Amino acid sequence: MSDKITNILLVGVGGQGILLASEILAETFMLAGFDVKKSEIHGMSQRGGSVVSHVRFGREVFSPTVPEGEGDILFGFELLEAYRSLSLLRPDAKVVVNDYRIPPPAVLLGQASYPDDLAARIRTGFANTLLVDGLHLAQQAGDARAANTVLLGAVSMRLPIAETVWQEALEKMVPKKALEINRKAFALGRAL
Amino acid sequence: MSIAVLSGNEAIARGAYEAGVLVASAYPGTPSTEILENIARYPEIDSSWAPNEKVALEVAIGASFGGGRAIACMKHVGVNVAAAPLFTLSYTGVRGGLVLVAADDPEMHSSQNEQDSRNYAKFAKLPMLEPADSRECKEFTRLAFELSEQFDTPVMLRSCTRISHGKSVVELGERVSGLPEPQLVKDAPKLVMLPGNARVRHPLVEQRTLNLAEYGNSSAINKMEMRSVKVGVICAGVVYQYVREVLPEASVLKLGMVYPLPGALIRDFAARVEQLYVIEELDPFIEEQIRAMGVKVTGKEIVSLCGELSPGRVRAAFAKAGLVTAPESPVVDQGPLPPRPPNMCPGCPHRGLFYTLNRLNAYVTGDIGCYTLGFMPPLNAMDTCVCMGASVSNASGIVRVLPPEEQRRVVGVIGDSTFLHTGINSLMEMAYNRAPATVVILDNRITAMTGRQENPASGFTLSGETAHEVNLVALCRALGIQHVRVIDPNDLDATRQALAEEMARPEPSVVITNRPCCLLKGEDRFKPGEVLAVDQEQCTGCRACLRLGCPAIEWQPAPDGKKGKAYIDPLLCNGCTVCQQLCKFDAIK
Repeated sequence: MSDKITNILLVGVGGQGILLASEILAETFMLAGFDVKKSEIHGMSQRGGSVVSHVRFGREVFSPTVPEGEGDILFGFELLEAYRSLSLLRPDAKVVVNDYRIPPPAVLLGQASYPDDLAARIRTGFANTLLVDGLHLAQQAGDARAANTVLLGAVSMRLPIAETVWQEALEKMVPKKALEINRKAFALGRAL
Repeated sequence: MSIAVLSGNEAIARGAYEAGVLVASAYPGTPSTEILENIARYPEIDSSWAPNEKVALEVAIGASFGGGRAIACMKHVGVNVAAAPLFTLSYTGVRGGLVLVAADDPEMHSSQNEQDSRNYAKFAKLPMLEPADSRECKEFTRLAFELSEQFDTPVMLRSCTRISHGKSVVELGERVSGLPEPQLVKDAPKLVMLPGNARVRHPLVEQRTLNLAEYGNSSAINKMEMRSVKVGVICAGVVYQYVREVLPEASVLKLGMVYPLPGALIRDFAARVEQLYVIEELDPFIEEQIRAMGVKVTGKEIVSLCGELSPGRVRAAFAKAGLVTAPESPVVDQGPLPPRPPNMCPGCPHRGLFYTLNRLNAYVTGDIGCYTLGFMPPLNAMDTCVCMGASVSNASGIVRVLPPEEQRRVVGVIGDSTFLHTGINSLMEMAYNRAPATVVILDNRITAMTGRQENPASGFTLSGETAHEVNLVALCRALGIQHVRVIDPNDLDATRQALAEEMARPEPSVVITNRPCCLLKGEDRFKPGEVLAVDQEQCTGCRACLRLGCPAIEWQPAPDGKKGKAYIDPLLCNGCTVCQQLCKFDAIK
């Protein structure tokens, strides 16, 4: 095993299910035999604020947070939050971002507009960017709530972990009655 | 042996379980809340929420005096509340092992200040351990109970946000067995702290600190990791991880016990390295003690006193010292973006109340909870916030310096859990001294901000059993408030009328709101109303509904310079009807 640490940042809006997604990632890396650390903020920021979750794995991980500018993969649940987090990434980072907008307060109040062409602006900085229609694909899988699992499927294709390990983690972390739909959503994400 | 990815809080809970703890008590507070929630999953431990941190610590002290191992958990500012018993507990020592977990919040992710709890260890003269990851959270918690009994002292375990809410791999152990059975033992000279006894105890406390420092010199809890001798860094807790990340070749003295410091070990380390640094978050706690030993060290010259550290900030510090290159500037400059601060939820029962306070031009002394967000635009309806319970006593104090017409504007706003935490004494004072202010108790039936914890007025215990509900109306009356009324905060007219009347009254009065937190949806204690929609034909674009700042209501500008209209996101709306009541054109249905 090399000494290389892989750094993943999950970003979005409080309430989008980011913590559960980062739990599944951490569980997967542990099952794959890596050292893993993760970090995020609970409490006040969860009330609709910006959320950043850090997940790192490798032979031996020190800091629970990703050093600034060393993110390898950005897992974006919302366009503006993904764009906001680009400065945390390496120049050759891979981006998987949900094609989904949640207007922040100033936009709701009509005092600012939601920045347009964010996907294109992300792609300008990071050629390896995948824009995912998570909601639509999740509906295809059978439940709009599985959008995060579609994204997770797409992220999984960018990591050196066998599919069986991902499946094992899903089985462990997803409630039984939702497992079948989440497996479908995961497969749709992997097929992108 | 099994392994698991645990948060620091889960690992502290596991450590308490493995240490044979019998009693656990806490008041919720970010980032400490999940410690007790996870301890509660072990049926062997009597776990319960206390109304505040002082009570939590005193419950733990009682259990310890009975001979059982006990733990009390709180956030950093909770230690201020628990300080009264803590300082004397240092003198009595323990019978069963006792650990106080203090979770600091550098950077104030969810706090009103970033005080450094390590100062409490020195101030109260008791040992403090500081874990650097989840594995150490568990191991140090176990060790803390052993040290507590071995040295007859309460032990503080200091965590911080990045440790409590960080996750890493932990090996799980078994619960210890064979601890002495709890029983009553009379030992007044040790446990009755009146002057004659306390004077005997104090020298023992001073000797204990010397003994603990000696333990720290030889114990594995403090680790000297010799690599290159060019640079030596003294650090503890999560900062150790940042130092290892940024300077992998440096020698490190990693302190697991941050008070008392191992003087001989520090001198030994200092003598082995060419340049000595101490890197620590917040106060120069270790640095000042090292300087007092006469050892030359670089510390706060290169590290800020404010905020949390990170790999990037530690790199920037070592760059100042010329040891590494400065962090590179980011690849992308995004320019200014609309911020996304936290907000009250759609359907939050606090929204209509703060809207009304704003319209009534109230001066609001606020308190700690979700509702502190009432200060944000467009509600702009909170004017002060100091600490738990302060809203009521601040209101009582501020009216004393104001002329009558200004007195009427003063309203203290406090949540149900915060009122039970430290608001009761304040309201007693207000009634006793007849301060002519109005207090609103936002009774949403839960401790919401920290993630929906039960409290003595919610009707349930930590373990979900039904419990006596404190009768807030009767309690306020018993404290001496003559005018107490209950309102539905989602009924804007009634809310406005009640507040206007009580504010005009030149006597103390209390208004209690009666709508549960909308996050209690899953538990069937909050019943959402019908989802509302904006009739685009009837909407005149007057923006009245936008003044609520509800995340479900969005302004949609029209093309070609025409007037825009409001839109309600059906996935977010909880049907509270407050916006509907504001709409003069019946456009919200």
